[in-house]
Amino acid sequence: MNDSGADAPLIDFRGATLRLGGRTLWSDFELGVREGEFIAILGPNGAGKTTLLRALLGLQELSAGKVTVAGKKPSRGSSDVGYVPQQKIFDGDLGLRGRDLVALGADGHRFGRPWASNSVREATEAMIRAVGATSYADAPVGNLSGGEQQRLRIAQALMSDPKVLLCDEPLTSLDLRHQEGVLELLDERRRSAGTAVVMVTHEINPILPYVDRIIYLVGGNWAVGTPDEVLTTEQLSNLYGAPVDVLRVRGRVIVVGGGETPEQSHHCGPEMAVAQS
Amino acid sequence: MTNIFDMLQYPFAQHALIAATLIALTCGLVAPFVVMRDMAFAVHGTAELSFPSAVAGLLIASDAVSGALLGSLVVATAFALLGRRRSESNTAIGVVLAFGLGLGVFLLSFYNGFSSAATNILFGSLVSASTRDVMILGVLAVLVVITMVIIFRPLLFASVDPAVAIARGVPVRRLGLIFLLLLALTVTEAAQVVGTLLVLSLAITPAAAARRWTANPIVFTGLSVLFALVAADGGFLLSLALSDTDIKASVLISFVSFAIYLLSFAAERLRRDTRTAGVAAAT
Repeated sequence: MNDSGADAPLIDFRGATLRLGGRTLWSDFELGVREGEFIAILGPNGAGKTTLLRALLGLQELSAGKVTVAGKKPSRGSSDVGYVPQQKIFDGDLGLRGRDLVALGADGHRFGRPWASNSVREATEAMIRAVGATSYADAPVGNLSGGEQQRLRIAQALMSDPKVLLCDEPLTSLDLRHQEGVLELLDERRRSAGTAVVMVTHEINPILPYVDRIIYLVGGNWAVGTPDEVLTTEQLSNLYGAPVDVLRVRGRVIVVGGGETPEQSHHCGPEMAVAQS
Repeated sequence: MTNIFDMLQYPFAQHALIAATLIALTCGLVAPFVVMRDMAFAVHGTAELSFPSAVAGLLIASDAVSGALLGSLVVATAFALLGRRRSESNTAIGVVLAFGLGLGVFLLSFYNGFSSAATNILFGSLVSASTRDVMILGVLAVLVVITMVIIFRPLLFASVDPAVAIARGVPVRRLGLIFLLLLALTVTEAAQVVGTLLVLSLAITPAAAARRWTANPIVFTGLSVLFALVAADGGFLLSLALSDTDIKASVLISFVSFAIYLLSFAAERLRRDTRTAGVAAAT
């Protein structure tokens, strides 16, 4: 336990700046994430969303400022952080079952014994049940659907019992039903275990019922706040430095404009069609 | 037909059987990772490139085995340094391979010894294994098996899921290099038995067959070792039985290996068909 008290944020960015290849991704970034908070990172491609996750994983040093996770400087292999990477579909012929993938999250970094210990196997079984993957846990991972693989990846990331769960585009290539399934799973976890969830995403509308706050990154600028605070015409026009309209239609948020091409920043094709009809 | 048991009284046959067993053990153990990491071309490349270094060993010290071992380690390191990404490394292997084969043939033109020594490099020479060769194979086998057991789980993680493995603190790059070196040793060993040209039949086929039966990584690896043993020992014993015909052991080993693959493939089809039939009947 972190003894600096319950108020100390799980993730703490202070004046964090990141420059990569001469380009400033974000500067003087400030953010404190509390236990059980659900945060979405939005923004166009190349704005540094994934890099922000990498900084939290200890894979990317900051150029200036500091960041802590659970009171410590992020370091590779920390069990405080769970990671669901950007989806890469497993090869159909891969010699690995769902339960093996999940178990690797607990002891895949340990040298010395080829198989998982009994306690890891029991914990794996329990985790598979918790994410509702029991019926397909024994199938080769490569034969599973995108949604099923994503559930197993989340189970894998939770095996180290992390305080913070980082997900990179976990909803991509999933249909609406599976998107909701994944979001409910993450939501349930943060409520029951207090795990903070930080998720990079392109999809605004599916996440709105779940997220507490949004981090919006655009070309070196950033904004943090509740969806109602950040997703406004004024705020986004400010961030993009160009006119952007945020429309609210039947409970959905539609972002129109926003730099070069709006599609680059959001999958708002269908939403725009709704707006026009 | 010759009586196998009579033949096995001879030291050369005993040596050969031990050598085949050691090689099958190591090949069967690395084969699943060769398949998972999609390194068939690297196996092929290392095997073929042990040819020029074996010839060099033959020329300089009349010792093809040491030449091949040393050469394959150099080659494996070169692969690792030249290409980081998979597509890059495939290109790098192609580049080195083309040059290496030419070099091998070039060196061979300076060799005036037994011409069988040269064909042995290409097609294997199980029956010419000396006590010293078997000792070297034994030491290498112990080294490869111990290392593989120790790194098995992190290597599995790094092979199937590198992005998460890196985040979890697995030394993915270093494991890749270690595996490449183990592979080079194993492939060079295997080349002594089945020859550089047929190495794939022990370093890939057993795993491809094993995968038809299971997706459990441990069982998968176990079956792969078993199939490699059956192919290598079975093929060799078959060559003893057929010793009148002068068919090389390496040829029979590759036949047995492929037969196991075909059987496994057919068995998978059969099981799948009965399962779908069962589902159809149930609905």
